[in-house]
Amino acid sequence: MSEEQWTWQCDHVIPNDAGAGRRILDELLRELEADHWIQHDIYSVRLAVEEALVNAIIHGNQLDSNKRVRISCRVAPELVRVEITDEGEGFNPAAVPDPTDPKRLELPGGRGVMLMRAFMSQVKYNAPGNCVVLEKERERAK
Amino acid sequence: MGRPAQQRYNVLPGWVNLPKRSSLVAEYQRLDVNKVGDVTVVRFRDPKIIEDINIQELGREMFRLVEVDHCEKLLLNFSSVDFLSSAALGKLITLDKKVKAHDGTLKLSNIRPEIYEVFAITKLNRLFDIKDDEADALAVF
Repeated sequence: MSEEQWTWQCDHVIPNDAGAGRRILDELLRELEADHWIQHDIYSVRLAVEEALVNAIIHGNQLDSNKRVRISCRVAPELVRVEITDEGEGFNPAAVPDPTDPKRLELPGGRGVMLMRAFMSQVKYNAPGNCVVLEKERERAK
Repeated sequence: MGRPAQQRYNVLPGWVNLPKRSSLVAEYQRLDVNKVGDVTVVRFRDPKIIEDINIQELGREMFRLVEVDHCEKLLLNFSSVDFLSSAALGKLITLDKKVKAHDGTLKLSNIRPEIYEVFAITKLNRLFDIKDDEADALAVF
């Protein structure tokens, strides 16, 4: 999508702190609410961005307070895109084991990437795996 | 002259048999804990269970119900919860293990559709016994 179609956008570099990221997320969600996106879409964006943010801070930046997280948000009439980049070494998302495997079902973690994929229209990682782009296409009210 | 006490009870016999709901403990910060009969009913004070520090505290309080207060029949009522992260799911899984280790029973109820979707996608709806509402859950303990 070309840049001029975005109706709202923001770009931030934040400390390695989830609270700072959640303030940006809340700002984005307020924008979607003001634009009358349906609640399920808003829930989906909250869930995916929350999981991606926590992954960046904990797994990517290893809770290192000297590292930063870059967050870019774009809203168009029919699409929202959020890009989250950490300063870690990245990971291979294809190598994340299936958390619904019966042998893994009772493990307390490992569901974040799966939930992002389930609730968003598209989830893409860069080659090192330290940057994720989340996209949600607007669902029309039935 | 007023009615005899016995006659008043006969008018409303159901009151006599209803399980008492009583506040169990006041020391929980993240949970509202009540006893309904022999079932411990737990509600969450935070509508959004997101922040790590809150989730850790929530975990400690839920685990205390099992390990310190020895609650054997536990019902988590999610009616007040409109969002929870996957980290919170992790605490629920650990709670389930602790309840089973103590030969107890854990049920969940009043989960809003978006959150139930999370349980279904992750197949945790197979791990947990999830009922539509509190009355349904209380009926099958």
